[in-house]
Amino acid sequence: MSTPATAPLLEVTALTKTFGGRRRGGEEGVKAVDGVSLTVGRGETLGLVGESGSGKSTTGYCILRLLDATSGTIRFDGEDITRLSGRPLRGLRRRMQVIFQDPLAAHNPRMSVGDIIAEPMVVHGVGSPAKRAAEARRLLDLVGLPSSAMERRPREFSGGQCQRISIARALALKPDLIICDEPVSALDVSVQAQVLNLLKDLQDELGLAYLFIAHDLAVVRSVSDRIAVMQRGRIVESGPAEQMYDAPQHEYTQQLLTSAPVADPTEMRRRRRERRATVAS
Amino acid sequence: MMSDTILDVRDLRTHVESDRGTVRAVDGVSFSVARGRTVGIVGESGCGKTMTALSIMGLLPRPHARVVGGQILFNGRDLTGLPARELQEIRGRDIAMIFQDPMTSLNPTLTVGTQISETLRRHEGLSKAKARTRAADLLGEVGIPEPARRLDDYPFQFSGGMRQRVMIAIAISCNPQLLVADEPTTALDVTVQARILDLLHDLRDQHGMGLVLITHDMGVVADIADDTIVMYAGQIVERADVHELFARPEHPYTRALLGAMPSLHGDGGRSGRLAAIPGMPPSLLEPPAGCRFAARCSYAHLADGCADGDSELRELRPGHWVRTAHPVSALTEVA
Repeated sequence: MSTPATAPLLEVTALTKTFGGRRRGGEEGVKAVDGVSLTVGRGETLGLVGESGSGKSTTGYCILRLLDATSGTIRFDGEDITRLSGRPLRGLRRRMQVIFQDPLAAHNPRMSVGDIIAEPMVVHGVGSPAKRAAEARRLLDLVGLPSSAMERRPREFSGGQCQRISIARALALKPDLIICDEPVSALDVSVQAQVLNLLKDLQDELGLAYLFIAHDLAVVRSVSDRIAVMQRGRIVESGPAEQMYDAPQHEYTQQLLTSAPVADPTEMRRRRRERRATVAS
Repeated sequence: MMSDTILDVRDLRTHVESDRGTVRAVDGVSFSVARGRTVGIVGESGCGKTMTALSIMGLLPRPHARVVGGQILFNGRDLTGLPARELQEIRGRDIAMIFQDPMTSLNPTLTVGTQISETLRRHEGLSKAKARTRAADLLGEVGIPEPARRLDDYPFQFSGGMRQRVMIAIAISCNPQLLVADEPTTALDVTVQARILDLLHDLRDQHGMGLVLITHDMGVVADIADDTIVMYAGQIVERADVHELFARPEHPYTRALLGAMPSLHGDGGRSGRLAAIPGMPPSLLEPPAGCRFAARCSYAHLADGCADGDSELRELRPGHWVRTAHPVSALTEVA
């Protein structure tokens, strides 16, 4: 047994998730996640990148225990949480939170922003109503929204502001780990930069760890200490962020990097000629 | 050169009625598209880029949205006053459009062969058998393997990238002179995106079409555009040749937008900070009288009245138009 001091905050080993298929009928089903192992240290960001259908979100949902893993183990702070249920699972949820892609769909349109942020505290029986309201105000300030937002509804806010509300809610239970599933892909570039900077500031201030799931390699690079690249349910390459971007080893990582468009017409035209040459040969 | 112009949009104004009042979604937009050229229109949500495209296509959501001013000259003929029936004849045959999400643009209950044939029979008057043969040719032309066999497949049997190829096949089926593509690769993975942009690029050359490509992604514009238009708050704020625009962006917004993009190499890793643009675009219910970017502009502090002055597009260098009192190059020269 590893001691909590040396164990990573999150340790996933040989995680597999299969959808469909029948045990008796011998049907295989779809292996969305196929033997994924990864770790996230305290206060660290692991960027999990891949294209649609690579299994990156399914991996996140298994870790959050929103889906049950088919096999493999998930350890959080040294404890095996793979089959956790009931009260211990609820205890785990306080320490592990999530931010989703669509900031408008993530909030109940009929609730006030103050109630949305306080809801996790209500569910987990934290504090009195007055204390929860005070905490919600403090969290709003932390994510850069005015306290006047408390009484307003989500639809009165822009996408970027709604994502700030999601972040405030995720912070309400003082988690150790936040799983961010495409948190900025629905946002405009100028607002995206604001939210990414906020996530980094909060990490520095609160010592949070992030599992940052996204398809955009440049976005992932801007927040991650380490990167894992997923393709068809497997991690094909992982390592320190700078190394992955400057010297990618796996062919798929190289392909992703050369496909991501950059704001340079000359480079983009060079790539087109190169693609042509490859097709022609 | 003039005879090569297919589309000439002049001072286009499109209004959308909302619960809170009139939104000036497109507010005085002018540009032209020549045969065999690609115009890239780039901007963030709500800047008016899609409303510009829908105005050209005559596909504005009625009755809320309508063109209230300006002209849309297609081969010299103004489309804005045209009766619906005449516009329908032009749309699909001479001007075609593809959208972001190929799944919602295709009818899920009809085979792709039927959907491609539909356009051909309507606009070209082909027989059923001839339309089917031509449909297979078109699927082959857009790079779908075994085209004849795939004619009887339904949209769900195609991947996202292949569905967008089907949409492109329908769009080019009547040899349009102009193709309007609104975020055609936004829903696709980057590896697929590159191939779809290659395809659009080739088809434009082979068919001698004009292409208007609308996107939020500066990288996509850099890839495919010849001429670039940057829109902000319903107006064009900068317009230039693509190489000129990316080498010497002059509008503080264009500059800020490029600066806010995270990069794959160099600065901008975990230890750095992204140069976010503070604030949000103004409401287009009552847009500011002067410069619409002033509230977010890093040069507005110069307090020389630039925010209130009239803010017209002016030609800073040949072919390079900008709507600001403070072109970036002028400021860096002073500093």
